[in-house]
Amino acid sequence: MTTPFLDANFVLNAALLLMLLAIAIAVVRTRSLLAAILLMGVYSFIVAAWFMVMDAADVAFTEAVVGAGVSTVVLLGAILLTRGEVVRVNWKRQVVPAALVLAVGGTLIYAATGLPGFGDPASPANSHVGRTYLETTYADIGAPNVVTAVLASYRGFDTLGETTVIFAACIGVALMLGFGPRAAPVPAVDPTGDHHVALRVIAKLLIPLIVLFAFYVQFHGDLGAGGGFQAGVIMAVAVILHALIFGLAETTRALRPSLMRSISALGVVLYTGVGLVCIINGGGFLDYDHLFTPRVEAMIPPGLLGDPDHAHHWGQHFGILIIELGVLLTVAATMVSIFYGFAGRTIEAADTGRRP
Amino acid sequence: MADALHWIGGTLIALGALWSIMGAAGVLRFPDVYTRIHAASLTDTGGATLMLLGMGFMAEPGLVMLKLFFVWAFVMLTTPTAANALANAAFSSGHRPRIGNFQIMSGDDEPEAAAKGGRGP
Repeated sequence: MTTPFLDANFVLNAALLLMLLAIAIAVVRTRSLLAAILLMGVYSFIVAAWFMVMDAADVAFTEAVVGAGVSTVVLLGAILLTRGEVVRVNWKRQVVPAALVLAVGGTLIYAATGLPGFGDPASPANSHVGRTYLETTYADIGAPNVVTAVLASYRGFDTLGETTVIFAACIGVALMLGFGPRAAPVPAVDPTGDHHVALRVIAKLLIPLIVLFAFYVQFHGDLGAGGGFQAGVIMAVAVILHALIFGLAETTRALRPSLMRSISALGVVLYTGVGLVCIINGGGFLDYDHLFTPRVEAMIPPGLLGDPDHAHHWGQHFGILIIELGVLLTVAATMVSIFYGFAGRTIEAADTGRRP
Repeated sequence: MADALHWIGGTLIALGALWSIMGAAGVLRFPDVYTRIHAASLTDTGGATLMLLGMGFMAEPGLVMLKLFFVWAFVMLTTPTAANALANAAFSSGHRPRIGNFQIMSGDDEPEAAAKGGRGP
């Protein structure tokens, strides 16, 4: 095979990066905050596509759902509470920030030249710790997806910290904006008739499929890309889509804000509970090998998950399964709570006529 | 045989790319909101259909083809709906089409909005 004039991978990378650059410039230059938010959504989608090119499917998932989906919706909710135009600032006041940005950016670009090449097997990250994980994961954990094994088992304590941070974000937003509408929102009635038949029919078709996909991502996390974080945000998107199309009143009637806040806490409790059970059974905190006592482990049929070879990894399997469930609950409930907070305030502002 | 399928698939993908470029040109050059939405949604439906069909020709028969079919079905469900919602929102916020006899369509309840119809917000 002859060497092509241009490497296909190079063309793809260059095209995606140029698009990112163009969008970033457009975001900075536009005066309309609404346009800036929508452009940031496009930016996130292209970043997600680029992550896919670099084989980082887990991050691409999260970026597409959170960056392009949830954060766009939340920012749109915020823009309804404030003014949608950029305030013009005297250029003299922008000199120092611009110099700071140029200095930090220049330093980062300079530092980037010292990084090892993408996928370089001799780089420090791939030759020491990463290599050890790749070599020992299957024997230690029995999970085919090394990313999940590292995230949920080897570094389970870090992931507990991340889950707690997300829960803290839920509490933080709630303290500022409330957990949801403070009065029961009244369903909006459009006097000119029903314009949204097509939207509602398609949403009714899609919402169950989105939830189903979230469960697939959740329970497929052991084998392929996915896990609690990705599944949680996908599930939250299903709820947010429902609220956007059928109205906040309908959604909060089905999933009450108080329920969401309980579930958000329940996820962290579930995660910590697994760690405590491990301690009670004689292991360390989140040491899943001690999740079951030997007597319980002997009661599990060897072929339960289809592979009798991995009977000695039951603790790891179930530990990862349960903590991923905890992550799913916290992430999904937090996303929905944050959305409720913003959307509830928007309705209130519209009712009292404070919206500019 | 496999070579022929590869060529057919490649041609279809190139056609899809061309179709998308035409759609992008339409979004930039068409006169008002509705014609631009029309161009944008043609990119999503026509361009994506051609490309997915091309990928189907190049793929191994089996699971990949089924997945491509599901992607296609999802695109066909969502993008026309998005175009419908956009056009609906544009019409509700007072945009009137620039081309054609829009007086009949609009019901003539908002003459000012009709006069300046088509401008961006």
